[in-house]
Amino acid sequence: MAQTEIKSYNLNFGPQHPAAHGVLRLILELSGEVVERADPHVGLLHRGTEKLIEYKTYLQALPYFDRLEYACPLNMEHAYVLAVEKLLGTEVPPRGKYIRTLFSEITRIINHIMNTTSFALDLGAMTPMLWGWEEREHLLEFCERASGARMHMAYYRPGGVAKDVPPDLLDDMYKWCDGFEKFMVDMVSLLDENRIFRQRTVDIGIVSQEDALNWGFTGPVLRATGIPWDLRKAQPYDAFDEMEFDVPVGTTGDCFARYLVRMEEMRQSLRIIRQCIEKMPDGPVKADDKKVTPPSRPEMKRSMEALIHHFKLYTEGFKVPPGETYTAVEAASGEFGVYLVSDGSNRPYRCKIRSPCYAHLQGLDLLSKGHMLADIPANIGSIDVVFGEIDR
Amino acid sequence: MADLWSVYLWPLIIIVAQILAIVLPLLLAVAYLTYAERKVIGAIQMRKGPNVVGPFGLLQPIADGAKLFLKETVIPTGADRAVFVLAPMLTFILALIGWAVIPFDEGWVLADINVGVLYLLAISGLGVYGIIMAGWASNSRYALLGGLRSAAQMVSYEISMGLIIISVLLSAGTLNLTEIVNAQQGMWYALPHFPMFVIFVVSILAETNRAPFDLPEAEAELVSGYNVEYSAMTFALFFLGEYANMILMSGIAVVLFLGGWLPPIDAAPFTWIPGVIWFALKVCFILFIFLWARATFPRYRYDQLMRLGWKVFLPLSLAWVVATAGVMVTFDLLPA
Repeated sequence: MAQTEIKSYNLNFGPQHPAAHGVLRLILELSGEVVERADPHVGLLHRGTEKLIEYKTYLQALPYFDRLEYACPLNMEHAYVLAVEKLLGTEVPPRGKYIRTLFSEITRIINHIMNTTSFALDLGAMTPMLWGWEEREHLLEFCERASGARMHMAYYRPGGVAKDVPPDLLDDMYKWCDGFEKFMVDMVSLLDENRIFRQRTVDIGIVSQEDALNWGFTGPVLRATGIPWDLRKAQPYDAFDEMEFDVPVGTTGDCFARYLVRMEEMRQSLRIIRQCIEKMPDGPVKADDKKVTPPSRPEMKRSMEALIHHFKLYTEGFKVPPGETYTAVEAASGEFGVYLVSDGSNRPYRCKIRSPCYAHLQGLDLLSKGHMLADIPANIGSIDVVFGEIDR
Repeated sequence: MADLWSVYLWPLIIIVAQILAIVLPLLLAVAYLTYAERKVIGAIQMRKGPNVVGPFGLLQPIADGAKLFLKETVIPTGADRAVFVLAPMLTFILALIGWAVIPFDEGWVLADINVGVLYLLAISGLGVYGIIMAGWASNSRYALLGGLRSAAQMVSYEISMGLIIISVLLSAGTLNLTEIVNAQQGMWYALPHFPMFVIFVVSILAETNRAPFDLPEAEAELVSGYNVEYSAMTFALFFLGEYANMILMSGIAVVLFLGGWLPPIDAAPFTWIPGVIWFALKVCFILFIFLWARATFPRYRYDQLMRLGWKVFLPLSLAWVVATAGVMVTFDLLPA
């Protein structure tokens, strides 16, 4: 009898799929319910951000970064302003550094709440997401009070932040921290100790340390394999060298380890937030360099020179000395880097964005091969993909 | 002429009236079960649930029904039209006709047949066809996977359910549901058969494709499984069928384990309340477990669900049948 090749069953997963986290198109080759190959297609959300940035002044380019990873926007901005500051050689005053550190951690919690709870939702548990949204809402309101926008804050500036935080904000944040600890306990009782949740995540999508390094994984996905690589510790930026916090690592590199690393990172972020508020120095929030940071409003009304600076900054922008830099921050999803080339004009010559999720997504096949169809949403959820940043 | 009237027509009218007396409250109960589900899950998730349409959102299920009724039924091009339309009807009809043998109170039963339990097993066994037909006829890959999962799941859990029922039948000595309830005077079977009661409740979650066993319509994997291509009234029939099935299965659980219409204590204040109210309250209790589980648990994976059914529930329920039979023979407890 002649042998016949059985064609595997192709399933088109997305782009309009509830578990696709945006616009992921995944071609799955199935044998029954077992996944033989997972082929992610990207580009459905491509907006040409990198090219657009080349036609904007350095300040105008900033809001594009919010729109890259809309789950943790300030981390993206952070990388960009650090890159610009490095080229300019600007020194940020201590209060500016602390505020940026504080909000970076707030965004990290915003991102991790969204990620861990939507991960649970992908596994069929609805309630954690609704509970988490409550906490996330408080954080978004803090963001709104500081900058006027909930998500796309555009709050950081080369040289500091746009404006100082309102007077009561820090106290309210400090109070919120206690409530958040209770929420974390609830989450643990609902998920960590749940037998079904463990069955669905333990030993699913295992990544070895070697694979993680070879595929360029960073952030919680890398740390879940046991490598304690965190840019906040390895090359501290802003006020992270003055903060006390631990870098949580997993041991198994599976979905459950990634989830646990994120949960622990939220607790560590809480520590950093408390320290930032306790140690918050007084003083200006942006560098005193009139060629880079705009003058204050009253000053502009009084001083002719300030008015000229203001006019020049908001029409022509500031010029950045020629040079290039690769500056990376530890974003919630991993190492987010900006490679910025300046030719001395007021616009970036080139801005290459290193997206952590892009590296994670290419490893989806590695994670999913041999698992069942139901593990695909678990894997997608646990590598924390956000398409604004992958497709750029 | 008088013969025709008294032998055929009058009984027919009586039967139709009885059927309506069951089906209409049942449909109302289904509608308000969806409302209760949204309210209960809303409360668990710290939100309000429907509260806009009518007082306390009480008209929400009516509005949802009207919406589904008025929408266009879309039949996909590649679908097998006849089977596609037949599948939801089958599901819905099967969910309704099971009620024929459920006793709501002493003597309140449409068909007091002696093989009531077998009838119910047959009806719930047929239930899988509606879903498998829908999965096949939709000509969609997600729907097909959902249909296949559902077939495997319902068949697996019916076996352990059957064995659990045998334990109860051994204790009661009858297949007639009314007599099973009467045999529980004094002690509901949920007490001596407590482990089986728990397994039975879990099995009916699986049997009705409810969370955490809602794999056939797993939102995150299969979008919504077998009913992904259905819209408007055809979808509504699936939906009604699923919820009617939930109530039916809760009713069976109440009859088999919670003493049907019997009050918890056979004494003054409890006996004043009519049996049908007790029955409804107990059904509500089981239904609450359905909703509670849905809001709390993540979803099982296909192979884990199979493992639970075949490697845990089946041996346990089989052992319990043997143990029950052994105890009853040894201590001479067999019902006459």
